[in-house]
Amino acid sequence: MARRDAKLKNEPFILYAPERGRMVIKASSKSAHSKGIFPGMVVADCRAIFPDITVMEYPAGKAEQLLEALALWCVRFTPISATDLPDGIVLDCSGCTHLWQGDESYIAHILKRLENFGYHVRAAMADTVASAWAVSRYGKNQTIIPTGEQLSALLDLPAAALRLEYTITEKLEKLGLNKIGQFANLPRTALRKRFGIELLKRLDQVSGFEMEFVQPVQPPKQYLERLTCLEPISTAKGIEIGLERLLNTLCERLASEGKGLRIATLRCHRIDGDEQEIRVGTNLPSRSARHLMKLFELKTSQLQPDLGFELFELEANAVEPLAFDQTAMWVETNTADTSAVAELLDKIVSKRGIKVIHRYLPAEHYWPERSYELASSINAKKEIEWRIDQPRPIHLLPIPHVIEVTVPLPDYPPMLFFYKGQRHQIKKADGPERVEQEWWLQQGEFRDYYCVEDEEGKRYWLFRSGHIDGGNSRWYIHGFFA
Amino acid sequence: MNQPSKQDIVQQLRTRILAMQGINKPGNDHCSIGLGDIEKAFPEGIFPKNAIHEFTSHEPESAAATSGFLSCLLHSLMNRKGFCLWVSSRRMIFPPALKLLGINPECVIFVDLQNDKDVLWVVEEGLRCSALVAVVGELKELTFAQSRRLQLTIEESNVTGFIHRVLPKSENTTACAARWKISPLSGIIEPGLPGIGFPRWRVELAKVKNGRPGTWELGWTPTGFEHFSKTSSKTDNTEGAAQYA
Repeated sequence: MARRDAKLKNEPFILYAPERGRMVIKASSKSAHSKGIFPGMVVADCRAIFPDITVMEYPAGKAEQLLEALALWCVRFTPISATDLPDGIVLDCSGCTHLWQGDESYIAHILKRLENFGYHVRAAMADTVASAWAVSRYGKNQTIIPTGEQLSALLDLPAAALRLEYTITEKLEKLGLNKIGQFANLPRTALRKRFGIELLKRLDQVSGFEMEFVQPVQPPKQYLERLTCLEPISTAKGIEIGLERLLNTLCERLASEGKGLRIATLRCHRIDGDEQEIRVGTNLPSRSARHLMKLFELKTSQLQPDLGFELFELEANAVEPLAFDQTAMWVETNTADTSAVAELLDKIVSKRGIKVIHRYLPAEHYWPERSYELASSINAKKEIEWRIDQPRPIHLLPIPHVIEVTVPLPDYPPMLFFYKGQRHQIKKADGPERVEQEWWLQQGEFRDYYCVEDEEGKRYWLFRSGHIDGGNSRWYIHGFFA
Repeated sequence: MNQPSKQDIVQQLRTRILAMQGINKPGNDHCSIGLGDIEKAFPEGIFPKNAIHEFTSHEPESAAATSGFLSCLLHSLMNRKGFCLWVSSRRMIFPPALKLLGINPECVIFVDLQNDKDVLWVVEEGLRCSALVAVVGELKELTFAQSRRLQLTIEESNVTGFIHRVLPKSENTTACAARWKISPLSGIIEPGLPGIGFPRWRVELAKVKNGRPGTWELGWTPTGFEHFSKTSSKTDNTEGAAQYA
């Protein structure tokens, strides 16, 4: 607040928000602090203490927004920066401080920058998030806790520095355990019995026995290449060149790590702040810049450069290890062929979607419609053999078609049948082959299949569903033999 | 020195012209694919592998016969390795049955699309991919320009293209190397045995570029194609009919 309005810099002011029907102070300026006004007091009380104070309404959600923005700004100090609501920012500075000549100057630099903005900041550095939290808020003078001394540095601090719930701190105070040092070394069983698992967890987080996770504001992106342009790019050729350059660097990196990408996104930042993206996917992990370029080429027409793009970002959203060529020993076809075919399929998928491509493997079902299943990928291998002991038609109707038949005797193949108004006199026949319902999947009548050939030599696959004397038996045509 | 005879010169010229037309280029493997007499109908007695073959069928039964014949052809072409692409806008193929006709169903990649335009696009892309053995496209209509385009694509790669036209409106001229018509005939079976036997077809080569069209009878047994002379097939037919009747 004081940052925005220079007038407020040295003036005492408070921010309030309604809480349970009272106006409660949410934040107060440094000069108000010195007058004995603290957050949590009621506005009326504080007016009684200090009538001239400036009172402003607390903008809801503003603090969180500001914190988020600050955390984003802190990305320049470390890639992993997280907000710690309500009032903190956690920076994972592993491997970053040497760029500022050591831990002390690193912290000093951050503090100085933030103070220049007009914030009042405290900072601490420690091996664990919990101890840094405690020292930054309750510590006296030490800001950097040496390795292995997380717990001992906290011994003099009050119990509230452990981020405990109010009820637990109250209980501790009642027992006279004001400082962490007074209970940190008590038997764990006794602590758990009296104060619950929460206290032990917090203590472990300080010493590092328990993991603590932070959610970075900017999730780390592993495979991201950026290309900034001096001049905005608005031509198709220009976009192509930029994309090619990005793909080459990304593919080189993937090649050195033995990986291939499955999904890639190209984000184009337009000069007027607009962001556009196109995305491609591959069937097999790929690191061929030429192939990926072809996939992108099918989609670059969707981009609208208008005034031009100033920044291209290419991200590999999904990366998989590339299968080694040695595995080719176990595949019937060689892998060079498979990858060329996979590239072709990628092209088809990027134009018409994944649902158009089908490759089938045998399934362990007798029911004809379920006797095969979709293969998950082009390299998937069959686990069972295809059945060849029973005749199966080359063409199968998606839905069996009802036909009229004449049958001489029960369980005999039909003498003739009518299909689409045409009469077929049967000359040869084979069957029945009974296919029972798979009761664990579907209820209904069984099927008796007959292979028949009419007088013209045309071959059909017919079936009767249900017993002939069951009353509800029907005849169907289900397929055509070659 | 002897002058080469007139016949030799004509023969050499013919080979060169065929190579210029993109058929049977020197350097391709010219092994037989087991079609016997039918192969003799093609120029120089070689089944052209880098060409488009057109199949037409006017009823569902002959469409099934054509699919069966195609998968037998693919069996000879694939020779137990590689993938083939089966592109279709109205597919009826029952994958497990392909195994009975010689090819491994898992080596066939089916692409099911909504319209003929997409089918042609995928067929063309497939023909460009030399890793494939063959591309089968099932559609309704094929114009001369479209077929010419496919033929030009195929001359670059060595993929065999089969276009199966199901229930076409008309049999217009196309640039395909051959036009086939397959219709079912009574199956191959020992007299006196029940059942319908192995498939047998009437294979008609209605058009062959630089070749001799003709009609043959051909059967398929697990050992491969089986050839019939016309007369013997007729007696078989009546015997089979009499046996069940």
